Amino acid sequence: MKRTVPLVLVFSTALMLIVAFFIPHRPFGDLESRFLNWYTIVSGFTFLLGIDSLTRHHLTRVFRRGQGWGYSLVLVLALFGTMALGFYSWFKFQSPFALRAPFMWLYTYMIIPLQSTMFASLAFFIVSAAYRAFRIRNFAATLLLVAAVLVMIGNVPLGGSIWRSIGALVHAIVPAVDLVKFGRLEAFAAVKDWLMSIATASAMRGIGIGLALGGIAMSLRIILGIERTYMS
Amino acid sequence: MRFWQRLSSVDSRILYLLLALAVALPLVIKPKTSIRVSEPVRSAFEAVDRLAPGSVVMISIDFDPSSAPEVQPMLIGILRHAFKKDLRVIVTGQLALGLPLAEIALNQVAPEMDKVYGRDYVNIGYRPGGSAMMVGIGREIRDYFRTDYRGVPLDSFEFMRRVHNYKDIGLLVSLAHGAVADIWIQFVGGRYNQDIIVGCTGVNAPNLYQYLNAGQIEGIIGGLQGAAEYETLIEKPGSATLGMPAQSWGHGLIILLLIMGNVGFLLSRKKKDK
Amino acid sequence: MLTLPGLLLAAIVGLMPPASLKAVDAPNDQGQSIILTWTAPEGESVPVTGYTILRSCAPDTGFAEVGTEPAATSEYTDNDVIDGTKYWYAVQVKSGADSARSAAVGPVTSKAQWFNTARVNILVVTVVICGLFFYYLQRARKGAKMYIRKIAGLDAIDDALGRATEMGKPILFSFGLGYITDMVVIAALPLLRKIAKKSAEYSTRLIVPNSDPIVMTAAQETVKEAYTEMGRPDFYNPDNVTFLTSDQFGYAAGVDGIILREKPGAIFWFGYFYAESLIMAETGHSVGAIQLAGTTETTQLPFFVAACDYTMIGEEIYAASCYLRPEPIMLGTLKGEDFIRFWLIVLVTATVVLGTVAAVLSKQAPVLNQVFETVVRWATPAY
Repeated sequence: MKRTVPLVLVFSTALMLIVAFFIPHRPFGDLESRFLNWYTIVSGFTFLLGIDSLTRHHLTRVFRRGQGWGYSLVLVLALFGTMALGFYSWFKFQSPFALRAPFMWLYTYMIIPLQSTMFASLAFFIVSAAYRAFRIRNFAATLLLVAAVLVMIGNVPLGGSIWRSIGALVHAIVPAVDLVKFGRLEAFAAVKDWLMSIATASAMRGIGIGLALGGIAMSLRIILGIERTYMS
Repeated sequence: MRFWQRLSSVDSRILYLLLALAVALPLVIKPKTSIRVSEPVRSAFEAVDRLAPGSVVMISIDFDPSSAPEVQPMLIGILRHAFKKDLRVIVTGQLALGLPLAEIALNQVAPEMDKVYGRDYVNIGYRPGGSAMMVGIGREIRDYFRTDYRGVPLDSFEFMRRVHNYKDIGLLVSLAHGAVADIWIQFVGGRYNQDIIVGCTGVNAPNLYQYLNAGQIEGIIGGLQGAAEYETLIEKPGSATLGMPAQSWGHGLIILLLIMGNVGFLLSRKKKDK
Repeated sequence: MLTLPGLLLAAIVGLMPPASLKAVDAPNDQGQSIILTWTAPEGESVPVTGYTILRSCAPDTGFAEVGTEPAATSEYTDNDVIDGTKYWYAVQVKSGADSARSAAVGPVTSKAQWFNTARVNILVVTVVICGLFFYYLQRARKGAKMYIRKIAGLDAIDDALGRATEMGKPILFSFGLGYITDMVVIAALPLLRKIAKKSAEYSTRLIVPNSDPIVMTAAQETVKEAYTEMGRPDFYNPDNVTFLTSDQFGYAAGVDGIILREKPGAIFWFGYFYAESLIMAETGHSVGAIQLAGTTETTQLPFFVAACDYTMIGEEIYAASCYLRPEPIMLGTLKGEDFIRFWLIVLVTATVVLGTVAAVLSKQAPVLNQVFETVVRWATPAY
């Protein structure tokens, strides 16, 4: 019973939504958005679960003076402090994001720099990962390296500068070469455009089609009750 | 350790320091750069440019502060372009934490272009609902947004009275740092034939070329480079253009390191073979 | 386009009304919607400033404004109608203070449709795909032999767990920023189950930081059940399967903190990841952990490939549950998937060849072009 009821629910809901996709007439037409709205409402409430897990975990650590309890205290204070400031701004300025609201101050001077810094750290990790991974071990790795370098050069003004320098060099050796025409070729940028719009896009499509088929197979396994691990 | 071995195994901290210098120095000395406009950005620009005055552009803020340095210049560029073309702008968003960035941009651009809230643009804010909301707007925008983000009824704004669904929106702009743009393309582009352009972080751009090639979107503004290209097209250089030398130097450094690492790797392998 | 007679007419009679006004029930919808189309009046001496849409329930009288459209538009959808009621419409063109009204059209009624004819192609494809899956499921049920190739990333799970245990270090598992509605998260749950079982067997601590509360609940249940199945319910500690934050980089910072403090021996990145993937995987690499990744987010694959020891690409992660439980019925769905993939390749290749030949022989055999366009039109989803 514990398993059968959820399985029947999954099967009938999926079947209903598939049928509804082809029937615009009420009550089928708006079934999909109705279900998605319900999901939004339910998932909104589940954030209480998340907050419960987070605060319980860290408050326990604070009260038991566990390892790093000071950080936990900062987390709990930041969590509730942000919430309090949000509510205050809402009541006082009609919106937490009104430009004069104190919450907006927190947003502009804390959230934006903190999040941007985390994202910017990606550049550093890319350097170390690329430095380690892009080694000419075999033919495929060499191709990977060459493509990466061409895209990196072609994607920034540096590519244009290098190309123009090559042009000047070629012109010095073969004066018949027209510098302006040569510069207009922008070979690095052109190769980058080709790699992105043809080579990469084709591979992405291939993986995408595979994913879509894999997704359909997975969905059918779930709908038919063959795949049940998600219910654990 | 031999020199070539050292070349292929430089400590990560030194690499990080070098990158920090490569990025920071050009921001201080501000060297000049010329920016070549790529086709995807030109197409995006043209999609905005060919709209008739009075047409409505809906900009969805689907990024948050983390990607603001890359995507915010696109928002500012598109706002400047749209206001210059006398288009009406509706701002919405799929990320609650992204909407304040729109407020910041609007408060910067609108006064300099003499644009008035309610007459030329509105910010309808964020509503949860994701794909359900995107599909729902296809019927009536008021099913989800009865008021703007301050609680003022949509129908109190003159140009909003004629906006009901995607048929009344000339162009949808998704400025996204994740998969939200894909959802706009699949649900709204696919179902309602809505013209869409996407501005995204450099990391996400490769995923969007397939949509551009298939004609599912009108253009892509990819990463800081894309933003700088857009700034070039509207002839108003901004923070993206300023950041290009830093990005150029950063890329240059990575390429140097790759060459260095590989030279070290090949030489030490040769020694080993001997 | 301005024509000479049009210009002359406009000069004599003033502003012309919009022409060819049509009002029809919106097709393939749930009713309560009527679409109006018209063409701009020809040859105005002054530019059109906009249109006013008028509606009445009688053919001659009682027309009232229901909406306005700017000059560039020639279509209006009236979503404020009652199904079955007869309506008449007229469109008034405005040019400064001048205006001219078209003749009324109607009656037109709106109604809901029972089948979306624009989705016939999707229905056909759905039926074909499901039919093929069911065929292979039946074959699998009857005992046909099916083969699944090795997935190196999955084989490496045991080695990674073994090494973490030997080093006396914990294991970290992350679903990334996935929601429970993401297929990849559902596909990753059996992997968490397998890893949890092994962690109970080896008495190695398993840490699962989450970015979504529902996924957290599913992860808690999965780990708890796996421990119970291994006879170690006491080993479960809710402090190890917790919620961090739903914020992308907040989550990355939190996970990085856990990695640096706990120094896990093995890390599993199975789920949905965005730009934070490399930040977390590089941090994992810096503490010397063996890292296995699997995601359907194609833009993150290059990062995982660069930073991790094994990466499952694309739909490999969907096949994981079949690989872990290679029962005929599971493998049957994989077989069906492969078969459809084969026919898709054939279809796409044939269409590309047809398109190319049609383009080359466009003058000699224009019929080829018509066939190609029909195929493309049919295959393009229209909603």
